Amino acid sequence: MSDAAISVTGLGKRYWLSQRSRSDTLRDAVTAKLRALGARLAGRESHGAEEEFWALRDLSFEIARGDVVGIIGRNGAGKSTLLKILSRITDPTAGEIRIRGRVASLLEVGTGFHPELTGRDNIYLNGAILGMSRAEIRRKFDEIVAFAEVERFLDMRVKHYSSGMYVRLAFAVAAHLEPEILIVDEVLAVGDAAFQKKCLGKMQDVARSEGRTVLFVSHNLPSIRQLCRSALLLSGGRLEAAGGCGQVLEQYQRGLTAGAPVTVPKPGPDLAERAYVTAVVLETLDGRQPAVIPVGVPWRIRLAIRVRQPQRRFVAAVGIKSADGIAVQTAWLPPQDLAAGDYEAVFTQDRVNLEGGSYSLLVGLTENDRQLQQFEAARFDLTGENAGEEFPATSGVGIVLNSMQSRLTRV
Amino acid sequence: MPAASENVSAPEPGILYIAAGRAEANYWRDLWRYRELMGFLAWRDVAVRYKQSVLGAGWAVFQPAVTLAVFTFIYGKLAQMPSGDVPYPLLVMAGLLPWQLFANTLSGTGSSLVSNTHLISKVYFPRLLVPLSSVAVALVDFAIVAVLTAAMFAWYGVLPGPEIVFLPLFVLLALLAAFGGGLWLSALTVRYRDFRFIVPFLLQVGLFLTPVGFSSGNVPNWREIFALNPMVGVIDGFRWCLLGSAHPLHLPSLVNGTVVSVLLLATGIWYFRRTERSFADII
Repeated sequence: MSDAAISVTGLGKRYWLSQRSRSDTLRDAVTAKLRALGARLAGRESHGAEEEFWALRDLSFEIARGDVVGIIGRNGAGKSTLLKILSRITDPTAGEIRIRGRVASLLEVGTGFHPELTGRDNIYLNGAILGMSRAEIRRKFDEIVAFAEVERFLDMRVKHYSSGMYVRLAFAVAAHLEPEILIVDEVLAVGDAAFQKKCLGKMQDVARSEGRTVLFVSHNLPSIRQLCRSALLLSGGRLEAAGGCGQVLEQYQRGLTAGAPVTVPKPGPDLAERAYVTAVVLETLDGRQPAVIPVGVPWRIRLAIRVRQPQRRFVAAVGIKSADGIAVQTAWLPPQDLAAGDYEAVFTQDRVNLEGGSYSLLVGLTENDRQLQQFEAARFDLTGENAGEEFPATSGVGIVLNSMQSRLTRV
Repeated sequence: MPAASENVSAPEPGILYIAAGRAEANYWRDLWRYRELMGFLAWRDVAVRYKQSVLGAGWAVFQPAVTLAVFTFIYGKLAQMPSGDVPYPLLVMAGLLPWQLFANTLSGTGSSLVSNTHLISKVYFPRLLVPLSSVAVALVDFAIVAVLTAAMFAWYGVLPGPEIVFLPLFVLLALLAAFGGGLWLSALTVRYRDFRFIVPFLLQVGLFLTPVGFSSGNVPNWREIFALNPMVGVIDGFRWCLLGSAHPLHLPSLVNGTVVSVLLLATGIWYFRRTERSFADII
């Protein structure tokens, strides 16, 4: 028997894509049942309407006790699903897992915080939710309060806290957990830079000096590099690489230079007669197409547009949305009348630097203020890795980084 | 380690074993281990309820007080229903007290899972804790209305007989029925949000199919069938405990109600356990 803290064999998780939308109301469920019954009577197989989707597939790995493991992969690679299964929030569809030791998972900062309760109350509530006993919380109470730097606001309701205070308090509680295995999802992405540093330090202490096993998901590659000894790389729900942190990170970044998959929907019959996008390219100015672009490196979006009928006041636009759904940026061409033909629109990102993280690229066409086409064309990542001297901080300090004219003069 | 033991589903102690389609082996032990969390959740619900409302405990009193007045007027004054030898308001109150407990517990547990979505999708604990802890709010409201009831009895100068020692049994029976139904509703609401609208409707209909405003002695013909509603036995019991011999227990009713309650609870737990592992996926 190995000394693994976690061993996973043949793990799989299947979702039925239509599961949620299909039976959200009773009426839908009833009609679906009737339809399935009808199909069975007619001798056809049901389940046909639903599409299966494997968020994880055939995943096997072992994590040694005391190891600090980063889990990396692009959006939708299955990282969060893996953490959810390891945390026992959801059940696997296939495979098995053995976990040796007490697990605490931190998939979100401040789970269960109640805005109507005071900071003091929330420390107890959140602690209990994360699996601490009342006695344990009481023992660490002062330490938590000091770490969060909220002494003066302890008896204030949390709804009146600033978001910074809220995050500090929430992380402070979590940081004082003492499990043998700690599972952490992208929680360091919140809070100000100074506090992030403090949290990272705390996690390092936890991992190094106290010898705990830590699983850590982050898009922030520098913090993975700083914190983790080994790493797992997931891709499309499968394990692509496992091993030393540096080596796996390298493979991840190499894979990313293969280019972000770009999706361009086929135009409907109506659109095909008017105007539509035929191709989208996301590239750096030297024409390479990395899916991960270092912060500070300019890049551009090229749209190939086919115009079949003359267009009045035609506008092509691109939008950038952050992973948490915030509309970050929009750019568009001035409205103009176009004759039929093929066109290329180019949007160059050289005035603004966005912080490291995952983004999606939206593309839209309108004619005379009426929408012709709109779709998500690609997901891409900006990374703080190799961002250079100009960017000492690339996350947690605002979405737009260092994009103002600035100068220093002696007066 | 011998190879054969690899196939045994329960591995050595201290190891958590998760496998596809395998029921949680330590579910009930876990439930006990997490009892402190249950306490905290219950405390949170109670604290938030009384912090958020301006009138605080006032609301717990207001609703039964109005219902009491209306029922006394309709059943006692207009319909002239018999109440034995006790003042009509006391008869109503003895029915209203357990009904409130039942209704609050049922709707509280019924909506408990969906109102804790953020917890269920982010942390593990035996999901049964959520409906269990939601009973606390109903119990606190019950305690407040119970004080009100005691005050009314004192005002009318009616002193309950020795039967009152059995009252906790009927409180338990009311909780049993409400919790069993609540479990069904909570799990169903996760999947079918429509149940949020069904619960108030059920309670509204239930209020009239339950002898809250009148004595169940008024339905002698199909009393056993009437008593398939578990609250009939409970309310009869409350009246027997509080108002004494004028309202004797009707044993067949009590048995029917208890059997239904136990069935509700057993099937409720079964359905809840069967569906809880997919809660996080669909909630």
